[in-house]
Amino acid sequence: MTAVLDAPPAPPEPAPSRSFSVPAWVWVLPPVAFILVAVAYPLVGIVARTFTDKAERPAGFATWRDTLTDGAVLSALGTTVKVAALSTAGCLIAGTFLALVLAFVPFPGAAAVSRLIEVVVSFPSFLIPLALGVLLGPVGVAQSLGVPTGSFTTSLWGVVLAEIAFYTPFVVRPMLAAFSQFPTVQIDVASSLGAGPLRIIARVILPAALPALAAAGSLTFLLTLNEFGIVLFTGAKDVITVPMLIYTRSIVGQDFASAAVLATVQLLISIGAYVLYRLLMQKGMR
Amino acid sequence: MLVRNPAARVAVWAAFAVVLLGLVITPIAVTVITAFSASWTSVLPSALTTDHVADVFTPENAASIGVSVQTAVLASAVAVVAGTWAALAVPRLPARLRGAIDAFFHLPVAVPSVVVGLGVLVAFSAPPIVLGGTPSIVILVQAILVFAFAYSMVSAAVSQLDPMLDKVGGSLGASALRLLVTVRLPLLLPSIAAAAGLSIALCMGELGATIMVYPASWRTLPVTVFTQSDRGDLFGAAANTMFLVLVTVVILGVLSAFRRRAR
Repeated sequence: MTAVLDAPPAPPEPAPSRSFSVPAWVWVLPPVAFILVAVAYPLVGIVARTFTDKAERPAGFATWRDTLTDGAVLSALGTTVKVAALSTAGCLIAGTFLALVLAFVPFPGAAAVSRLIEVVVSFPSFLIPLALGVLLGPVGVAQSLGVPTGSFTTSLWGVVLAEIAFYTPFVVRPMLAAFSQFPTVQIDVASSLGAGPLRIIARVILPAALPALAAAGSLTFLLTLNEFGIVLFTGAKDVITVPMLIYTRSIVGQDFASAAVLATVQLLISIGAYVLYRLLMQKGMR
Repeated sequence: MLVRNPAARVAVWAAFAVVLLGLVITPIAVTVITAFSASWTSVLPSALTTDHVADVFTPENAASIGVSVQTAVLASAVAVVAGTWAALAVPRLPARLRGAIDAFFHLPVAVPSVVVGLGVLVAFSAPPIVLGGTPSIVILVQAILVFAFAYSMVSAAVSQLDPMLDKVGGSLGASALRLLVTVRLPLLLPSIAAAAGLSIALCMGELGATIMVYPASWRTLPVTVFTQSDRGDLFGAAANTMFLVLVTVVILGVLSAFRRRAR
């Protein structure tokens, strides 16, 4: 064993080649410049635009005051948070259930289902509202069968259902990863002591997976808060979220000043949700 | 085994099947069936047709596909080059800077796609850099949206690299550039390819930011699908969506074959 203990002294660090020696931090500058120009510069442009009026004249806080006291804006804020919260809750319930079964009550073909869920995450989001429209829309399949679906797809609950369908796989993936780390012997012990499945899930599995659940929940909340494609595609007249309002004010209404105020508000909420997600992720790593 | 009672296990599986069918499988199946339906106003479509699928390849629609492919490939190339560069540069930074710069590169994740679209539209429609009305503006927004994604995928692979490789190579006299090209990049290739493939798939289906900035002369396939669905042509929209899904499946299939071979 002494041979191992008496390891030869580490060779001296080779002198870094002097051919083009620049400090390490210089190499990070090109991508930093890219993000500064492509992301930071436009964001600064948006914030600057909030202090102008519709015709791009300096307006101080007038646009802020007008936009934030607008009833339509306040109700859009409420709708955005409501849709995101309901969708996140639905995704957490459905996603955790799917992951629990895949991990702890496996069946032949469970691996194929896991792979399907991996793939679905990359599909275009508008597939869901399109399919919902065909099935449950005002002239959809269910309607023609005499099921009065009415305007369900364009209601708040229709949008929530579409977002749950699209984002549930985003919860299944991290939960499956968390469950695969879980020692199954704990389940066997709990089970042999007479604990039923629900009790084991509530008392043993979920507490251990809580950090992963919190991280998945905050990520889903961030994504559903910012979701635009699904809401736009649904074409719901009564479900106006902030991203939707940003689009209609700017592209349709050509009022870029008011849209910029909305975008700034949306950005602040989004960064808040993202910081929460990062904190929860770091907590989960420990 | 979590559920010991066989009857209960069957009940759990039945519930699983209902949730999976309802949320994941039905939307895909309905899209495919709609793409092949002449009309669908009963339990099953009244007649099947390949007309809508054939329409995907009419000149006008094919032009839209071409726009989407070019945009996705160029945007992903920009994002993957910038993301890989950033992922290679960040670990060499002094420890104090590393966390802050890493957070900075993740910043685009926290920016809503509609805000990316609005910001780019406002910023690049006026001097000094004018991109408004050109394809570049669409490529730029898509590159921004997938950059953080490419960065974090390649970063994860960089952190798995054995630091001894660099030291051994360096002690043998290889220059930093040679180490990068002959050692580090080849080892990172699987994750770079995965980042590129997934970026292309995501860009091909991107709608939210694209619809904010696209010029009439540069209409991507998702924008075409949106206009089709908006005018009530659900069948044409479904055929195009099915095409996008197929493109995604092919990219992911090629990537997983590539990964299996690399092993």
